[in-house]
Amino acid sequence: MTKKAAHQTKKVPFFRRLAEQRWLLLMSMPFVVWLVIFKYVPLWGWTMAFQEVRPATFKIPFLERNFVGFNNFLEAFNDRLFAQTMINTLGISVLDIALGTFAAILFAVLLNEIYFMRFKKITQTISYLPHFVSWVIISSIAKNVLNDRGVIDSLFNTNFKLLSTDSAIAWFVIVFVSIWKECGWNAIIYLSSMAGIDPGLYEAASIDGANRAQRIWHITLPGIRATIIILLIMSIGGALNVGMERQMLMSNNIIENHTMVLSWFAYKRGIGKNNYGVGTAIGMFQSVIGIILLLAANKIASKVGEDRLI
Amino acid sequence: MTKKVYKFDYVLLLVFAVILICTLYPFLNVLAISLNDPVDTLRNINMIVPRQFTLNNYQYVFTDSALVSASIMSVLRTVIGTVASLFCTAMLGYALSRKDYMFHRILTVLFVITMYVSGGMIPEYLLIMRTLKLSNNFLVYILPGLIWVYNVILVRSYIDGLPFALQEAAKLDGANDMQIWYMVILPLCTPVLATVALYYAVGQWNSFMDTYLYAMDLPTLQFKLYEIMNQATMKMDVHGDMTNAATVVTPMSIRMAVTIVATVPIVVVYPFLQKYFISGMTLGSVKD
Repeated sequence: MTKKAAHQTKKVPFFRRLAEQRWLLLMSMPFVVWLVIFKYVPLWGWTMAFQEVRPATFKIPFLERNFVGFNNFLEAFNDRLFAQTMINTLGISVLDIALGTFAAILFAVLLNEIYFMRFKKITQTISYLPHFVSWVIISSIAKNVLNDRGVIDSLFNTNFKLLSTDSAIAWFVIVFVSIWKECGWNAIIYLSSMAGIDPGLYEAASIDGANRAQRIWHITLPGIRATIIILLIMSIGGALNVGMERQMLMSNNIIENHTMVLSWFAYKRGIGKNNYGVGTAIGMFQSVIGIILLLAANKIASKVGEDRLI
Repeated sequence: MTKKVYKFDYVLLLVFAVILICTLYPFLNVLAISLNDPVDTLRNINMIVPRQFTLNNYQYVFTDSALVSASIMSVLRTVIGTVASLFCTAMLGYALSRKDYMFHRILTVLFVITMYVSGGMIPEYLLIMRTLKLSNNFLVYILPGLIWVYNVILVRSYIDGLPFALQEAAKLDGANDMQIWYMVILPLCTPVLATVALYYAVGQWNSFMDTYLYAMDLPTLQFKLYEIMNQATMKMDVHGDMTNAATVVTPMSIRMAVTIVATVPIVVVYPFLQKYFISGMTLGSVKD
């Protein structure tokens, strides 16, 4: 019956189908217009990376603009801020992935071991509250704690200069605040993957005399191995996209040198200095590297025998 | 089978008690400062109960016209933005769930691609500021982020899980696709729509960058908080009071009060967030 129906729909002429599905067209085409304007037109904007684009050149028709080849990229790479920006981006990214993943797994493993169910539930509930709070609020709260004469300084009665040392300490501060905000939330996925482990395995291990640490090491961690690998690979794909909101909000004049990341750099050069060609080039550099990293990570995933992601 | 409670269980309890304190302490600290006398706060900001209780900071926040209008702006964009986005997402999600729709495949691909590649900040900035001229226009809070493709996929996979026979039955009764959508599909989609609505609402309430980039003349609460944080000088503001002697407020205390005001809505909807956000995480698999 259904086979016959499918066969029939194939024979219906194009315009008749259009008419038949007019309601579905009406329910989707306005959003396609939106999609083209807000998502595909900016993609076309990548052409600006190869042109000289400044406010003065907007009036010139597209084809008559000054095509400069890869000069915008060279200008960005030779910028006095570029090297430090790149180091900061990679530094924050590596710390994010390494410490963030470790903290989330540790949190999930320990939470999974809690015997008192009510306490476990309350802990988990509170742990992801900061996830829903905006970075503006988080930075306002974090600055209270970390600033000179802030909560930590006054607790230890000293000055750690956490937000006033122009060094890589700034990366750690930003990453630790991110972990504070997101750790509980990121643990959810590991916890749900632990819930899928066969409880019989734990019973068998106990009978065989395995202690708690051994059960974690030989059952829990292998049980969430696939999840860990997939999430790690996905985060490698986003290695250069560390965002700019939290860096910008946590920063100040003293540490700005170590909180400057690629997106923020693109903002400063593109919008701050009205040099849109260079700004676009930095953004495009970031996207292209991101896609290459994602594809490479995907390939590695299929090599080590995990499911491919895309 | 009853499990034995070991010493380690109590150690674990202790560890998590410390983690909980570390999570909650900064929030309680902010709350305490917002309720503490501003001048006393300057002495030492480390407290979890106000040393000299006062409501002056909140009184200032709720009578300062700029802060009040920023709060109204935040509420407006959250309500209007969420309703608009929810409507569009539900509609598009349904159209894309229909396997017999002639553009089903191509449209799905077109939308999903944009989850992986985007033009980036500068092209979007020029599009919004120069081509569409949406600078300092309320629409800039609604239109660019109108649809999150991820949410469309959530809705679509949820509808995929409903029996198609329901739609066929409605069709036999003479309903057109639009009627099927709002009479059959929408009522069944309440759980996923609640999830999606919360995603949009939290996103709207917390949004800061769009004000910063496009609409500084339409400040939201988040943006005001950012401004207060970045005041170059910590100048004392003497706020005249009709009845009493002048009350002193400081940027520090005002900032704390605004932080609390901006956090409260999130805490209020938190039970719902908990219930629906988690289900959203597990729903989000692309099936085809």
